[in-house]
Amino acid sequence: MRNWWKFLAIILLLYTIIGGLLIPVPKQVILYESIRNLYFHVPMWFSMIFLFFMSVVYSFKGLSTNNLSFDTKAKELVNAGIIFGILGTITGSIWAKYTWGAWWVNDVKLNGSAITMLIYLAYIVLRGSLDDEQKKARISGVYNIFAFVLLLVFIGILPRMTDSLHPGNGGNPGFNNYDLDNNMKLVFYPAVIAWILLGWWIASIRIRIANLTQKLEA
Amino acid sequence: MLFSIVEFHYLCKKLERIALSKEIIQLLKKDITVELRQKAALNGILLYVVSTVFVAYLIFSSLEELSTWVALLWIVLLFASTNASINSFRKEAGREFFYYYTLAQPQAIILSKMLFNALLQLIVAGLTLVLFIVLLGNPIENMSLFYVVIFLGSLGISTVLSLSSAIASKTNNNATLTAILSFPIMLPTLLTAIKASMLCGLGFSWDECQVYVVTLGLLNVVVIVLSYILFPYLWRS
Repeated sequence: MRNWWKFLAIILLLYTIIGGLLIPVPKQVILYESIRNLYFHVPMWFSMIFLFFMSVVYSFKGLSTNNLSFDTKAKELVNAGIIFGILGTITGSIWAKYTWGAWWVNDVKLNGSAITMLIYLAYIVLRGSLDDEQKKARISGVYNIFAFVLLLVFIGILPRMTDSLHPGNGGNPGFNNYDLDNNMKLVFYPAVIAWILLGWWIASIRIRIANLTQKLEA
Repeated sequence: MLFSIVEFHYLCKKLERIALSKEIIQLLKKDITVELRQKAALNGILLYVVSTVFVAYLIFSSLEELSTWVALLWIVLLFASTNASINSFRKEAGREFFYYYTLAQPQAIILSKMLFNALLQLIVAGLTLVLFIVLLGNPIENMSLFYVVIFLGSLGISTVLSLSSAIASKTNNNATLTAILSFPIMLPTLLTAIKASMLCGLGFSWDECQVYVVTLGLLNVVVIVLSYILFPYLWRS
């Protein structure tokens, strides 16, 4: 059973969707049933950060070994991470429309996510403007590491210094206090694992496609 | 025996460090001499700053509102710094880079470039500040702390831009790419600097601004350490 984690991903995703929509949730003013979006919106960001982190790990390996296969992995992990970033933005935007009343608000976490997208789109532009494969691997690897560390600083420090509409910031009660009761935890934690596994799966398929294309071209 | 080996190791490290700082000073001297002879970067940037602030003066004539004043100041500083740094690796991009490669350590090269860009940016920041105060008025209450914020913010902007322009110099579309690469990763520094400037403008003391000033300093340290570690990989390609 080499691919046991893929079955685990399918089972957990089915559980997330079915359980997420059926298992009772606490009734909160304004939120009501939209609280179920927690199982979809928040894990998107966890998966994105996980994929970007793994990409940096492979960039680091690529820089220290000069092996081009690591660079392919780093690139495809970034691509998969961007998909999750877009999905996280869309789910968040819909949620914001029904709870805060607008598709987009000037909130530090929203701006952080927009900046994250800009950084990784810049990474793709940088790759596009380099021809030589070795050079591309090295230079984009350097940028990947540099950008990720500063991104961590950004999403780690700045939201704690300013107020946010998100739960757990600026006098806003966090989900952990009373909203996230045991029923919700029962779905939320498996959901996080499920989406991260799905992201890893998407990335691994993309890596295989990229490797096969390279083989065909060579 | 062991002691002497340890001692020898430390001596080597010490020599290396002396060599590195010597190289940095030499490279910095070279950059400054070239700049003073050609005046390519400085004149253009000074003219840019003067004309931008003058346009702002013609539009606003006097700027009482603090947030607009601060935002305008940092936008002028940001673009002045971008203009200054875009070409900072132009001379090293061609064949001369092979010559450099034999002469200096990569760490010395990036640190000297950062120092040079920071010096340039500090001169520009000083002039911009004077022009702002003369033409648009001075809404800042806590001036001494504001100088510290300007210093750290300018340093942060120019260090991020130094590494970004080093990365961009390896590609074909140098000028655009520097901006694309650096603006998103510069935002933490810029937002912290703007927030701290606002607090200085409102007359808050060191106690209230402390967290922002320390964050600015830490961001600078992070950027410098990362550049020190990562630049050799860029240089080798």
